[in-house]
Amino acid sequence: MTRDEFRQIAANGIWKQNTSIVQILGLCPLLAVTTNLVNGAMLSLATIIVMAISGLAIASLRNLIPHEIRIPVFILVVAALVTVVDLLFNANLHELYLVLGIFIPLIVTNCIVLARVEAYANKNPPLHSMFDGIFMGVGMLWTLSLLGGLRELIGGGTLFSGIDMVFPGLHPLQLFPSDYPGLLLAMLPPGAFILLGCLIAWKNWIESRAAARQHRRAPEPMAAGGLH
Amino acid sequence: MNFNTPPYLTQNVSVQHVMLQVLAALLPGIAVYVWLIGPVVVVQIAITTAASLLAEAFMLRLLNKPLGLFLGDGSAIVTAWLIALAFPPLAPWWLLVVGALFAIIVAKHLYGGLGQNPFNPAMIAFAVCIVSFPALMSQWPPVDLPSGVLDHLALVFGYSPRIDAMSGATPLDTLKTALKLGDGSASVASVMADAHTYGYFAGKGWEWVGAAYLLGGLWLWQRRIISWHAPAGFVGGMALLAGGLWLWNPGQFANPVFHLFSGGSMLGAWFIVTDPVSGCTTVKGKLIFGLAAGALAYVIRVFGGYPDGVAFAVLLLNICVPLIDLYTQPPIFGMKGKP
Repeated sequence: MTRDEFRQIAANGIWKQNTSIVQILGLCPLLAVTTNLVNGAMLSLATIIVMAISGLAIASLRNLIPHEIRIPVFILVVAALVTVVDLLFNANLHELYLVLGIFIPLIVTNCIVLARVEAYANKNPPLHSMFDGIFMGVGMLWTLSLLGGLRELIGGGTLFSGIDMVFPGLHPLQLFPSDYPGLLLAMLPPGAFILLGCLIAWKNWIESRAAARQHRRAPEPMAAGGLH
Repeated sequence: MNFNTPPYLTQNVSVQHVMLQVLAALLPGIAVYVWLIGPVVVVQIAITTAASLLAEAFMLRLLNKPLGLFLGDGSAIVTAWLIALAFPPLAPWWLLVVGALFAIIVAKHLYGGLGQNPFNPAMIAFAVCIVSFPALMSQWPPVDLPSGVLDHLALVFGYSPRIDAMSGATPLDTLKTALKLGDGSASVASVMADAHTYGYFAGKGWEWVGAAYLLGGLWLWQRRIISWHAPAGFVGGMALLAGGLWLWNPGQFANPVFHLFSGGSMLGAWFIVTDPVSGCTTVKGKLIFGLAAGALAYVIRVFGGYPDGVAFAVLLLNICVPLIDLYTQPPIFGMKGKP
């Protein structure tokens, strides 16, 4: 694996093909879980674990899996991994496990996982596939964390609420004065849709600005046409 | 050579012309409202208008649209006035600002600006705020509140605590609560016998606000700014449903006149469902839109959990507008049947 390949995989996962704001996949956990930053981040971490190992496993087995029944095989592998993560959360982060509830088992049906396995791990070597899974998950991690943070900040004026479930001893931040009424809409699914729309618009804005700047700096080299 | 194409008679129907007349038609309602509650209503309208215009200017700058043309068309002011009239009069100032910002930035400009918004911006503002701040949005002052304009302003700007005595339920809410949560002995007649809350045919005082909106709406119709179809549909839909249930069980359901002059009915019938952007465009469609909105508003306010249902009814019907328009296309001139 060359440095360039690695960089490309990372850029794809974190920005260019970001699962949440470019591919718009996995909206169900996105809407339901990102009511605060900790929930969004922890679900993303669980997904990263599953995606990394499933990428590695499927890519190693890709030449042995019959093409016709590949989807059931993928799901079987992913489901086994999710069961492991589910039990891990249940044992070590029990309070958080109760909060996230059905959304940890539902990682099996998360289309991000299946999409990466089908579109990438099934066609690429194991190490590439593992990093692809990790960086796709990192892309999901920052988007879900940002979305969760924004939602809890607008909805209740706090940040990191529920952090004591992960790191006992830490306390959530109360950023706005305690009489802040809280825009409840941000906590409800419509608020998640609206904020996700804003995030997508923000990403497109950055890209179009960067494209315009590049266009200004380097106008199309006309003379180069003859060299092809 | 000079070619002219019909229509030869043209009317001055610029957006500004229409919006100014809508604003003028709201004046009688505002006047009665001020007489009922106090000058604080005007302050609320001013706050909302300022917030709306600022949001409009900000979005126009952001989208590189001509500032003067769109700011001057008056559409943001109409939205602002409707928000201010739909919200409780003693709501804190920031609630109106949140509503105005949401209406102009999200409901209007993110959907493409004037003429493109599928939802009525003022009703979006109401829905967002009642979902987000249900307690503040349900605090309607009793009409014989013995406090002056300074007390009102102190409440609006947060200098005095919001105590429950300052905020009652609406006549609609009082009736619903008494009928639903009572021991079953309460009837419409016994609840409405309370002269403290109820007047001649609807809520005390509020009935005249509704009547003034009706007056303004009729004037708009007479000026041909709006057609009669959507308001008639709304009034008809609500009256039919309310009348049917009232005839069936007058002890449990208030008469249609009470419903037509309570809550946001009259404001909705003449100023909300007639919105040329988010409403239907065909004649039959306007009737259907009004009918369904009126009936749905009645269902939500009588059987639902919210104090009034006009906003949700209008928003739900806004979603159906493309479908209604599609199925009510009039035949093309010279053709028979569907186009």
